[in-house]
Amino acid sequence: MGMTVAEKILAAKSGVDRVLPGDIVQASIDVALTHEGLGPMFFPEFERFGRPIWDKDKVVITIDHFVPAADIKQAINSKLTVEFVKRHDIKQFYPYNGPSHQMIAEHGLARPGEILVGTDSHTCTAGAFGTFATGIGSTEMVAVFLEGKLWFKVPQSIKFVVTGELRFGVMAKDVVLEMLRMIGSDGANYKAIEYTGSAIENLSVDGRMVLSNMAIELGAKVGIVPPDDKTIQYVKARNDKPFTVYTADPDAVYEAIYEIDATRLEPMVAVPHNPANGVPISGIADDVRIDQAFIGSCTGGRLEDLRAAARVLKGRVAHSDVRLLVIPASREVYRKAMDEGLIEIFFNAGAIIEYPNCGPCCGLHQGILAPDEVCVTASNRNFPGRMGSPQARLYLASPATVAASAVEGRIADPRKYL
Amino acid sequence: MEKGRVIKGRVWKFGDNIDTDQIYPTKFCVVSYTKEEVASHAMEASDHPNFAREAKPGDIIVGGRNFGCGSSREYAPVSLKYVGVGAVIAESFARIFYRNAFNIGLLVIEAKGISNINEGDEIEIDMELGEIRDLTTGSRYPAAAVPAGPREVFEKGGLIPYLEARYL
Repeated sequence: MGMTVAEKILAAKSGVDRVLPGDIVQASIDVALTHEGLGPMFFPEFERFGRPIWDKDKVVITIDHFVPAADIKQAINSKLTVEFVKRHDIKQFYPYNGPSHQMIAEHGLARPGEILVGTDSHTCTAGAFGTFATGIGSTEMVAVFLEGKLWFKVPQSIKFVVTGELRFGVMAKDVVLEMLRMIGSDGANYKAIEYTGSAIENLSVDGRMVLSNMAIELGAKVGIVPPDDKTIQYVKARNDKPFTVYTADPDAVYEAIYEIDATRLEPMVAVPHNPANGVPISGIADDVRIDQAFIGSCTGGRLEDLRAAARVLKGRVAHSDVRLLVIPASREVYRKAMDEGLIEIFFNAGAIIEYPNCGPCCGLHQGILAPDEVCVTASNRNFPGRMGSPQARLYLASPATVAASAVEGRIADPRKYL
Repeated sequence: MEKGRVIKGRVWKFGDNIDTDQIYPTKFCVVSYTKEEVASHAMEASDHPNFAREAKPGDIIVGGRNFGCGSSREYAPVSLKYVGVGAVIAESFARIFYRNAFNIGLLVIEAKGISNINEGDEIEIDMELGEIRDLTTGSRYPAAAVPAGPREVFEKGGLIPYLEARYL
């Protein structure tokens, strides 16, 4: 009986030949990520032990949530983070450059065959590069900083096979909303996902990151795209540290295999208040008025996302009732978007263009919603209160759909604008 | 869990997919809050926004499926612990929340059928028998066993005391 990608990584990193679902393993950690939002609560707990970080060059710290600080309490979190970085001489410190998951990718720190843990649930984004990447709690990171190891229960693996070709105007975000619709927001709870099939192979690195990013919305421990030439080229161009590529054995065992025919998919919208409430855009009422449209976050702010939104918005202006927010996923993305003229298109469309950070996605600042307001967003969660008032209504969609909706002032199909 | 330990409390009932943004909104994830401030925001974005003000130490939260889904923020179980919640029982838990709860010393128990319990019922958790008894209605629910790893951590009072025993 063969092993899945997740099983092979856990076996290799815990020094055994093979593992089975349900085994408990002690695995060594290759990258440990934290940020100013959830790091400062464990820094003093770690330092009370009076021991050095097990390997400070495996630690990555970002400042990406409170950017720039909106109040004194946020500022204190960031200040404590900078002080910790200096005290421990952490070199991989990426403050004020964009969400951590984008930093991990851009610095080539999401490597095939490695284990990455982070005090942020969207750490699973790195699965797009064949990394066993998962979110953990802050206290658990104390154990990682001390020992460089963590226990895992080997998850059951499930597989999505996405065949065919995505049609014009259908993006990776629509694929993941369809996955959520199919199996629900706990459909992969405790499990490892593998994304396979021709439509996945044809996705860009940006698109694959959308799938892995929202693996947590399915409850998954990890969401892995098996590495191919695209992955290897991307990582090698950014980091020269060697890595091992694992692919699943032909006789690997999956608890479930879900097939999706990409050719059948149309743009999807997840209606309030759960990411699994996906509906094809043709099934959405034509009068869902919106107050805010958000293109950004670690889910929907990469270059491919901005290009799609700009194609819709070129020569058009957002509806007068709509606040259109655009936040590039990193400084690198921001720079490229400027070079390609995308930022000018957003500016001319009347967008509020904000600096790379987590922003309103998690209800911190820069676009908070009032009670009864409606927002269509390219981000990842639409639970009550996620972007401000628990009485606000959030619709998840692709960046193209968000842009089209901004133009019409109501949820709209992007295909007529592309 | 401790042998023979019985926890008794009044039920606060929640539905399916209670995510960590409802349990503890992101904007309050700041380290300079006191314990009282953290506790005061527990469940603020849920359909029980008065929870933190009205809950009494020892009260028990009963949830449906996928309790604690979403963000990895430890503030979510921590805020419930600071309120003094005796235990969280749910049909199922999202995995990060489940692991976090044991790491910070909050008792969480999976029990199928538990969402049949009513808001305000008095219930009793018998850790020795692995049983939850609704004292108001007389119904009983089997509690799923806690896996060995989390149990060992919880019995030491959480992950920090567990690590202290090893290193300090």
